[in-house]
Amino acid sequence: MPSSRGNTKMPKTLFEKIWDAHVVTQPDGGPALLYIDLHLVHEVTSPQAFEGLRLTGRSVRRPDRTFATMDHNVPTDNPFDVKDPIAAKQITTLAENCREFGIPLAGLDSPDQGIVHVIGPELGLTLPGKTVVCGDSHTSTHGAFGALAFGIGTSEVEHVLATQCLWQKRPQTLQLDLQGTRAPGVTAKDVILGVIAQHGVSFGTGYVIEFTGPVVRAMSMEERMTLCNMVIEGGARAGLVGPDETTFAYVRGRRYAPADSEFDRYVEAWKALNTDEGATYDRVIQFDVSDLEPQVTWGTNPAMCVGVNGTVPDPSQYDNEVERKAVEQALQYMGLKPGTPIQDIEIHHVFIGSCTNSRIEDLRVAAEVVRDRKVAPGVRALVVPGSKRVKEQAEAEGLHEVFKSAGFEWRESGCSMCLAMNPDTVPAGERCASTSNRNFEGRQGRGARTHLVSPAMAAAAAIAGRFVDVRKLMTSYQTS
Amino acid sequence: MEPLVRHRGKVARLNRVNVDTDQIIPKQFLKRVERSGFGQFLFYDWRFRPDGSINPEFELNQPQYSGASILVAGANFGCGSSREHAPWALLDYGFRIIIAPSFADIFYNNCFKNGILPIVLSQAEVDDLMEKALAPGYELEVDVERQTVTDGHGWVSTFSVDEFRRNMLLKGLDEIGLTLQYEAAIAEYERKRESLQPVL
Ligand code: SF4
Repeated sequence: MPSSRGNTKMPKTLFEKIWDAHVVTQPDGGPALLYIDLHLVHEVTSPQAFEGLRLTGRSVRRPDRTFATMDHNVPTDNPFDVKDPIAAKQITTLAENCREFGIPLAGLDSPDQGIVHVIGPELGLTLPGKTVVCGDSHTSTHGAFGALAFGIGTSEVEHVLATQCLWQKRPQTLQLDLQGTRAPGVTAKDVILGVIAQHGVSFGTGYVIEFTGPVVRAMSMEERMTLCNMVIEGGARAGLVGPDETTFAYVRGRRYAPADSEFDRYVEAWKALNTDEGATYDRVIQFDVSDLEPQVTWGTNPAMCVGVNGTVPDPSQYDNEVERKAVEQALQYMGLKPGTPIQDIEIHHVFIGSCTNSRIEDLRVAAEVVRDRKVAPGVRALVVPGSKRVKEQAEAEGLHEVFKSAGFEWRESGCSMCLAMNPDTVPAGERCASTSNRNFEGRQGRGARTHLVSPAMAAAAAIAGRFVDVRKLMTSYQTS
Repeated sequence: MEPLVRHRGKVARLNRVNVDTDQIIPKQFLKRVERSGFGQFLFYDWRFRPDGSINPEFELNQPQYSGASILVAGANFGCGSSREHAPWALLDYGFRIIIAPSFADIFYNNCFKNGILPIVLSQAEVDDLMEKALAPGYELEVDVERQTVTDGHGWVSTFSVDEFRRNMLLKGLDEIGLTLQYEAAIAEYERKRESLQPVL
């Protein structure tokens, strides 16, 4: 254990403990060569990396620390019917590469298949204290377990395949202390959107964010994953939550987690990972969640966001010219007028899915809102479970029937409408209430207008055909 | 990778903040399995109208910027996804230098792996260059070794890049080759980890 192995008694943060335990070497005070425990691979950012290995005659150093799946390109109506020939090529290329280099693959026909950031935790691959990378920026999700997890580019994918290491400059640490009490109906998604709305899309650049405080302690693993998933939208490559009983209970019994016989020994070590009393961060942000409402984005980045009882802002209220121009551009793209109440915005599409919000708990919350109601006329609504296992579990609980009888489409697992790389897209000029993480121009299709919301809010929007405060729809919320 | 020691080139401006990688290369073009050929899709939704014709209003489509190899952009350039297709597209289009007040982390890092130099200058300096780049044919010269940018007409600035990355750029080094020189240290680390029982 690194904390007791170190010869100084300096208190350390969770980040520092994981980092220090993974430095292989650090020549001349330059970047550190960091050892990677788990490398997750998907079909879009890996083909050029494997090609690079072939061209240089290199092999994969630790196929046993590598795990691949297919998610971005997969058609969610029928995963085996990939009509786009180039998407099909990426999918078959990954299968061939995994075969050639001996990498375990959860392919389209595997019961383990799903969005890479859903299946890592689900299979027990993601564990506290590990370093986890993937050629995908939302790798930050895995930080919910107290793992140091961050996204990398394709050159780095190749580098990790070949060496199981990465050259990394030590990032700074930021403590995001979540205080207060969440009002009923305010989810982890609303918390992270609220933070980004207040601090902007780049406040986390150069930092690893550790979430602390009673709010995050009370969150489930699913909620913590939603928080960490979106730290990249605030500029941070990684988010962290110190491992606790909630973490251990989630991990126990999963396929690649330590066996029951040794589990307690691991738990002791994992507990010791938590930030020591007296350890300091480079920066501290306090955020009180008590007054937070369910959030809805109105613009083209996740910070362009307001409470559901708010209105679309007026560009003329911005002093900074660049900002004003950005808001003007966003409103033009989104087809919105300044001052419009959020609840007057009509939507045509609803997407419940993505690595942010497609886990069983997300589907349960959405189903609760939808139960015994109908999707508004003219609205196309999709539920896309994050993995085959999530889908199975939801079906065992009858959630699919709740969604289907309300008029939702019930799909196979994949990234789906989170990004327009598979047949699920939003047509130009149309509006989508989406539980995904990015509302960039064109993210869901050229000209598509994305509003990011929580699963509960997306479900409510599907029923109403416009944004509504989900709290008005949920009797359980009203009485609790 | 081609070494980058000194570079002189025409400057194009893109006066927008938070330009994300979805804009730099829209996802419908990520499906290739090669690294090359992405330049034609750079800023696709901005460069081209929905019917495929050129959008004359987009900055880079202005004739004076054709052949530019230095891009000046607003803050937080390259935010969003980790896709390395973004630097591939910029490089393939012809950009070797990108100047902005700040960059997103993953994008910044990805640039170096492809021989692109992202330069951070102050907001005031970037504003200045935005003005200057309005003049047709405005050029800058970047010296990677001395970490300077100059237009040869009195405008000079310095920047800093960490030594490791600068060295990789200057020599056009293959990073994996470099790392493999530490193979013994990696193997030793793995032995230690596994004998300690792989808790951490
Ligand atoms: S669901 Fe969306 S954000 Fe998540 S991995 Fe897939 S494409 Fe990326």
